[in-house]
Amino acid sequence: MSRITMREAVSKALWEEMERDERVFIQGEEVGVWGGTYAVTKGFYDHFGERRVRDTPIAETAIVGSAIGAALTGLRPVAELMTINFAFVAMDHIINEAAKLHYMFGGQFKLPLVIRAVSGGGRQLAATHSQTPDAIFAHFPGLKVVSPGTPADAKGLLKSAIRSDDPVLFIENATLYQVRGEVPDDKDYLEPLGKSKVQREGDDVTIVAYSKMVQPALQAADLLAEDGIEAEVIDLRSLRPLDMEPIIASFKRTNRAVIAEEGWRSYGVGSEVSARIYEMAFDYVDAPVKRVAQAEVPLPYNSKLEQLALPQMEDIYRAAKEVVYG
Amino acid sequence: MDKQEALKLYREMVEIRILEERAAELYQQGKIGGFLHLYIGQEAVCAGVCSVRQAHDRIITAYRDHGWAISSGIDPKVVMAELLGKVDGCSNGKGGSMHMADTEKNFWGGHAIVGAHIPIAAGLALGDVYKGENEAITICMFGDGATNIGFFHEGLNLSKVWNLPVLWICENNQYGMGTSVKRASAVSEIRQKAEGYGMPNERIEGMDIMNVRQHVSRVMEKIRKEGGPYLLEIMTYRYRGHSMGDPERYRAKEEVKKWEEEDPIGMFRLYLLKEEIATEEELDALDDEAEQIIQEAVEFAESSPEPGKEALFEHIYVDPTPVEYRGYALEHESEEI
Amino acid sequence: MAEIVTMPKLGFDMAEGTLVRWVRAEHDPVDKGQVIAEIETDKATVEVESTFSGVMARHLVEEGTSVPVNAPIAVIVEEGEKLSDAVLAELVGKEDKAKKKPDADTTKTKSKAEKQSKAVEIIEHEEENAEMMPAGGVRSSPLARRMAEDQEIDLSEVEGSGPQGRIVKKDVEAFLKSMKGEGSNEEADVVKKTMVPFTNFAVVNVPEDDVVEMSRLRQAIGRRMQDSNQNFPHFYITRVYDSGPMMDLRKKINQLLPDEEKLSVNDFLIKGVALALRQFPNLNASIEDEKHIRRHGQVNVGVAVAVEGGLLTIVCTNADQKPLRLIAREVREMVGRAREGKVRNEDIQGSTFSISNLGMFGVDEFSAIINPPEAGILAVSAVQNVPVVEDEALKIGSRMKATLSADHRVTDGAESAEFMRALADYIEAPLRLLL
Repeated sequence: MSRITMREAVSKALWEEMERDERVFIQGEEVGVWGGTYAVTKGFYDHFGERRVRDTPIAETAIVGSAIGAALTGLRPVAELMTINFAFVAMDHIINEAAKLHYMFGGQFKLPLVIRAVSGGGRQLAATHSQTPDAIFAHFPGLKVVSPGTPADAKGLLKSAIRSDDPVLFIENATLYQVRGEVPDDKDYLEPLGKSKVQREGDDVTIVAYSKMVQPALQAADLLAEDGIEAEVIDLRSLRPLDMEPIIASFKRTNRAVIAEEGWRSYGVGSEVSARIYEMAFDYVDAPVKRVAQAEVPLPYNSKLEQLALPQMEDIYRAAKEVVYG
Repeated sequence: MDKQEALKLYREMVEIRILEERAAELYQQGKIGGFLHLYIGQEAVCAGVCSVRQAHDRIITAYRDHGWAISSGIDPKVVMAELLGKVDGCSNGKGGSMHMADTEKNFWGGHAIVGAHIPIAAGLALGDVYKGENEAITICMFGDGATNIGFFHEGLNLSKVWNLPVLWICENNQYGMGTSVKRASAVSEIRQKAEGYGMPNERIEGMDIMNVRQHVSRVMEKIRKEGGPYLLEIMTYRYRGHSMGDPERYRAKEEVKKWEEEDPIGMFRLYLLKEEIATEEELDALDDEAEQIIQEAVEFAESSPEPGKEALFEHIYVDPTPVEYRGYALEHESEEI
Repeated sequence: MAEIVTMPKLGFDMAEGTLVRWVRAEHDPVDKGQVIAEIETDKATVEVESTFSGVMARHLVEEGTSVPVNAPIAVIVEEGEKLSDAVLAELVGKEDKAKKKPDADTTKTKSKAEKQSKAVEIIEHEEENAEMMPAGGVRSSPLARRMAEDQEIDLSEVEGSGPQGRIVKKDVEAFLKSMKGEGSNEEADVVKKTMVPFTNFAVVNVPEDDVVEMSRLRQAIGRRMQDSNQNFPHFYITRVYDSGPMMDLRKKINQLLPDEEKLSVNDFLIKGVALALRQFPNLNASIEDEKHIRRHGQVNVGVAVAVEGGLLTIVCTNADQKPLRLIAREVREMVGRAREGKVRNEDIQGSTFSISNLGMFGVDEFSAIINPPEAGILAVSAVQNVPVVEDEALKIGSRMKATLSADHRVTDGAESAEFMRALADYIEAPLRLLL
């Protein structure tokens, strides 16, 4: 067990998987010589060489498209999109190709590829570099979408994603890179794709969160505990497949839920989880499900406005108080 | 070329022609749905290219892919079954006309989004280079229209920067859907676009299969020796519209007629007779054989079963993954309205 | 002038840096542009140059320490200048204040923003519940509704504490608690009450007496009850029933029935009482004359229903013969008519024995007055979870009390007690009701 940052956890996962399997390689902008714009692949180029750590031109459709082609030949590429905002350039390849080729050709094509992308705002990078469009990608069957909220999950989920035979969009959060946590040293430490995880137990209110919002949710839970309200915090970890089991089990006990996400409320992750709660546990509903999300605005550069727009720990706390009628 | 191979090639082109004509009929009868893009008139290209490729060379093309499917070695029965959406189709009826493929024959589809397969082709070549399979070439076909989309630029650029062994073939049939090359492309001589990438390139005539074979094998030899990508523009013509239902308002009937006089099958037939490689009777017999093969293919396809309901949920993922929503109808299957 | 050197921001997402090594020691001279320290971030080790010339007066951070971006790390003074602790403390404090300054500037931009925000319409997504009350006239959460049904509570009696008077789980729980008489267990509350000082206050706004005319129904009930209570010799027998099996069976059956046909506890009792009465014809009788008792052939069980202005007894005829479901339907229809004031004659005639159920009001035990010319009436109280002794151990059981009022001219204590015991056979083994 080591206490390391999420950046280190992601880096270790990549390194170990590359050592373990010759077929795994990385390609993306500045991943090689620069060492990665978030320093995730620092040292990789010197150790693994340019065949396996490939600097690409600034050409996202080429990055994702050629990763798809390489995956078809039996390799296991990890394509990096510098930020998820640039994924829009490669939308066709992520959604029309990666998600569908296996299906359309009756199972002949296998795409064991991982696309890593960095999501989220809060660093004054302005609207086009600060989005959390995770829900859009989770809409499409054929793609798996995973987003860790803790360093341990980052390592375990990324390893599983690389070893999976399905195309996985692995969404990291830049502001989480420096968060520290306990991470097993085991080179075969795996966390399952498509499974939610209870990060904190409680019987009074269910708080569902993922990625950036897991820490604020846990902090809000501590604050609620001072008021005598014990919150159960459930980390989705996976947006597709979406594991509702622990959430429904929890909701049946607590009868109320708050869903926290960094993206926008409309058509977001909370919309889906909320709809499923009503579908599966209507008779257990004691209060309308609340969604804590970003204000419906393009994110501004000014730091105070930016923080005003982004969902905060206090928002989760307040929403939880509302649903317990306390 | 030896006689066996010549006759095989001739029959192959006739098979493709007849398959396409039958497909058109079936489409009008409502048995084939969606889009149907016919290869009629371009047979010399697919038959020519595939007849000179090695088994480890990969073929990938756009949606006008029936000819390529046959020339790659897929049985016409299987192609026809896929067109009818049946279980015995090469893609189990899940892909249709635009998504034929057979990985064992190194045929990687069949792609519907214009130009999207171009970066994927670069990836196929990357896979071979990565694994040290230096002799393999990825042969990627696309139309004149696709050379204007972003994917083309990114894919070709990457192939040159990384020195990937890709033979980029532009099947220039002079119309991107209903828009002539002149109206859509800044440069009408498509091969010139490769100059911008410092990529070797040339343009050849594509109605004569012998011409296609000769130049393509020369270019492939060059790629195997010297490495790197090459852009080959092959001039050809499609006798039918872009797809079924195309009213062809964008070109004159006289123009079509003119090109039909240079029918690739007709030209090859004349060549074989002139070079005394085959007799009229032999060629007629091959015509009949081809007719027979396609007839059997149609019968096979029509009697092949439709995929069952479970097929809806197969091949979404490789790893066993539960399906999220099966849809209202299936969830309430046992109830009557 | 002393200058503070702060931890620089060396990357767009840098939050803190580690001072790895001081290059200029305390008391060393420093030139502008000269490297004074090495700082390590998550990504690299960087040399930091001084923006001031002078002398390195003080290192505020030790080598190997991590501090956030913008935190003070050193003080540089002019040559010859002395740095006192007081000055140092002030400088560090000033730095903090200086950082707070920007707030003042935002006030200028506020007015512009205010003007702008007036122009932009913001859609409120707060809960907009319609003015109209939902069907049934009660606003409640799905959970509260389900709890109320399970506990046979009328939601219109529960006070809702949620938004717009929504009844939620804790309201139903509170209602249940108050029904059982379990007040607040918190000693604190008791103490608080006794601690309230007595205040002198004036009595104000006491209303006048209100004289209300009795309805015809009220007058009729009054006459009959007076007659019954004064003239007929009533005696009372109370028995506690194990209501567990009955409640379980009811729950199971109700899962198979649509909402509008669900069985109530009363339906079970009507059938049970009817079957028991068949064994005790004296209780299903009327005084014919001084010397004769008419034992009725039919067993028609009357049920007391509260209506506006009083109460009516609707009658389920031949209750011993009818299946539970039919009893439930008939009673439901008749009650509906009674509440709407559209009761029919046949609904309220012919009763040979009555049941009065105050269980839904949380009543623990009560006795009723016999409806003449009947010979008995069963007063049913609430189904409650109470401590019981079973196998010499203390357990929780479901119990319901019922009190029989019987006419001593027609029956005796022993017979009536036996009737109450026979009734237990039907209530406590309710499958008998289905035979």
